[in-house]
Amino acid sequence: MSLRAPLARALNHGSAHDGVSHWLAERVTALAIAPLTVWLLWSLLSLPDVSYWTVTDWIRRDWNAVLLSLLLLLSSWHSWLGVQMVIEDYIEAFLSKTMLLLLSAFVHALLAASGVYAVLRIALRSAP
Amino acid sequence: MAERPLSPFTRMFGESGYRWMYTNTLSILNRATGVALVFALLGLVVWLIGASFGLNSYQAFLPWFTGVPAKVVISLAVIALWYHFFMGLRHLAWDIGWGFERAAARRSAVLVLLGTAILSALCIVAIFHGSFR
Repeated sequence: MSLRAPLARALNHGSAHDGVSHWLAERVTALAIAPLTVWLLWSLLSLPDVSYWTVTDWIRRDWNAVLLSLLLLLSSWHSWLGVQMVIEDYIEAFLSKTMLLLLSAFVHALLAASGVYAVLRIALRSAP
Repeated sequence: MAERPLSPFTRMFGESGYRWMYTNTLSILNRATGVALVFALLGLVVWLIGASFGLNSYQAFLPWFTGVPAKVVISLAVIALWYHFFMGLRHLAWDIGWGFERAAARRSAVLVLLGTAILSALCIVAIFHGSFR
């Protein structure tokens, strides 16, 4: 027999009321990256070639660096949310699950930061 | 122990699980392509980092991105991308309450496959016969 009051046992075991934020963030990022993805594929495949000057000129032109940075940030975010769901669904052991969730979070943060840094480095370099 | 029906969540298929339908496979493929696209994102970032280090570093590894094996991998990534794209649109449509009935969901599954096939084919032609060099 437990001496804990029924209320104490029930506390912190119910809904945290933030379950919908993950779901919603996944949808909102999807809505944003869908047109950005079409734009990136279309742009890259219509370049005359993928040589250094063609690609870096393209990144420097117009709003391309902004759109590319947005795509990298938002798709990393979307990817992080999706991978988190896959890990939580299929990995049961607490330690492995926690380790994988942390690894995924760090890898996605690294992807987003290094991708945006690379784009800015190309865009902000003075044209030769 | 008494034989009681199990929740379908405890066994996906078989006697006490869901009946197989091609839409089940399409659904799990959405997850699989999603996970595969993490590596496509990684490839995109590596490509951009290479370009950010200047002409010499970019030219040093460009053959890794434009050779035939690379083009095959990129084509597979493009197929995964279009599939995940159309499945995502289908999910967004469901979220606003559209097309969730069984017949409509089966029709939209076919549309996802058609869209993926057509747009992937166009992109793959561009990758192999276009300016991707």
